[in-house]
Amino acid sequence: MSFKSLPASRSPLEISALIAFWLIAITVSGLFVWLVGDVVVHGLSGVSWEFLTSSPSNFGTAGGIYPMIVSTLLILVIAIVVAVPLSIASALYLSEFARGSWSSILIERGLIILAAVPSVVFGLFGFALFCDMLGMGYSILSGGLTLACMILPIMIRALQAGLESVPDDYRRAAAALAMSKTRTVVSILLPSAAPGLVVGLVLGIGRVLAETAALLFTSGSVDRTPESMFDSGRSLSIHIYELAMNVAGGEANAYSTAVVLLLLLLVINSIAIAIADKLLKRKVKIV
Amino acid sequence: MTTAADKPLIQISDVTIRYGSQVAVCDVSLEIPANKITGLIGPSGCGKSSLLSAINRMTDMNPECKVSGSIQFADQEILNGKVDLISLRKRIGMIFQRPNPFPVSIRRNIELPLREHGCRDRQKLAAKVEEVCRITGLWEEVKDRLNASALGLSGGQQQRLCIARALALEPEVILLDEPCSALDPIASGVVEDLVSSLKSKATIVLVSHDIAQARRIADQIAVFWYEDRAGRLVEVCKDKEQFENTTHPITRCFIDGTRC
Repeated sequence: MSFKSLPASRSPLEISALIAFWLIAITVSGLFVWLVGDVVVHGLSGVSWEFLTSSPSNFGTAGGIYPMIVSTLLILVIAIVVAVPLSIASALYLSEFARGSWSSILIERGLIILAAVPSVVFGLFGFALFCDMLGMGYSILSGGLTLACMILPIMIRALQAGLESVPDDYRRAAAALAMSKTRTVVSILLPSAAPGLVVGLVLGIGRVLAETAALLFTSGSVDRTPESMFDSGRSLSIHIYELAMNVAGGEANAYSTAVVLLLLLLVINSIAIAIADKLLKRKVKIV
Repeated sequence: MTTAADKPLIQISDVTIRYGSQVAVCDVSLEIPANKITGLIGPSGCGKSSLLSAINRMTDMNPECKVSGSIQFADQEILNGKVDLISLRKRIGMIFQRPNPFPVSIRRNIELPLREHGCRDRQKLAAKVEEVCRITGLWEEVKDRLNASALGLSGGQQQRLCIARALALEPEVILLDEPCSALDPIASGVVEDLVSSLKSKATIVLVSHDIAQARRIADQIAVFWYEDRAGRLVEVCKDKEQFENTTHPITRCFIDGTRC
């Protein structure tokens, strides 16, 4: 017996609700398909191996996007490498070590506000702190650090949600077995909260790859291949913005770059999920 | 004259436990003799479990909970701040109502606490895993799947794994908080037999609201009751005979299964 064979006596209200839900579902997925479809239709033909591996010429209307791919990946690596340990430490402090204390309440309020701060403001802050005060100038490093600050609140929240979903039974069992808090966290709680970490990672990566405004202030928009973290560099998202808004005849390459950005998002997210799964599921076995 | 031999291992004196403004346990004094099974029985909400978890200071995990009075364990006061909780809980193990194995392999469930306390030698660990699994009767059931998740075991097996895990630390006292209440009758019987076989190794304190069970395995029975908005200890029966022949009205009700 399947659910479909349930008796089909439906009231008019139920039928109209059904139609409404279907309409909503179709609209939402339709929008998504339209968006991706539009980008792919206009941009896919321009994506080639050469496009990926050569430098742009003529302000980006010709040539490829190799420097932007390198810049984007460098910014992503810096942001993630900085944000992951910080968010793990913060989430552990808030959820496991200081739960309910006034300091954790204060920090949590702060995080909620931070998560809602527009990225332009983060850009200004990053510019003032990293570029100016700390003397890093327009650089990949400034951009990466700024984005790390920007994604911290989301990642902490996601990881906290993961930790809160770990049953208290495990904490009590560990305490009764005379296990130290540190060991409990490392061996039991963090691995059990892995899904939260993965969610945070995926959201964080998405925001970093998509970010434009904050990077305009911090990593600049020079379209050369950066030679180190201290060089300025243009991310894919800024490249799309420049081509679409500031360069006549840049639309074709803007679309192609957008296709590459979407693919990159897909690939990197899958890799992140696979790695996090492997690393953490090895310790925890959920049936 | 008391000699060292009949001195109780745990001496609970005038213990009162509060959750916020609510008194859970009022003024309880109880002696727990070594290598015997002490059963704490009584209706739900009369503070048996609270008293039990004060013995290994699990009450500390609830910031609302305040314990006053004195609990002496092997001549050491455990209710003051100076006690090292890690070493206290290593000596006093605890089993909970709902089996709570970690979501890791069966082997790792037992190894984790051992590793925590400095045992790193692979052979020693393996020997210990086998030893405690044999004691708890798990060995034949799990020896071929030690690396499988502990969450795949049945409820009774999980509870025996939790007991095995606690035994691995060689505790002097094992506190059991209604260890069978989440299990089916057969699994419950297996765990019960296991608990009564453990008294040669450790002192057992068992909370139960199953009077039949307490009757079967406990050497000493403490009866709790809820009176004047607090849990109180109403009678301590030093042996089975005293329990069966008690004239205390509340204990009598328990035995006869009538309402007071």
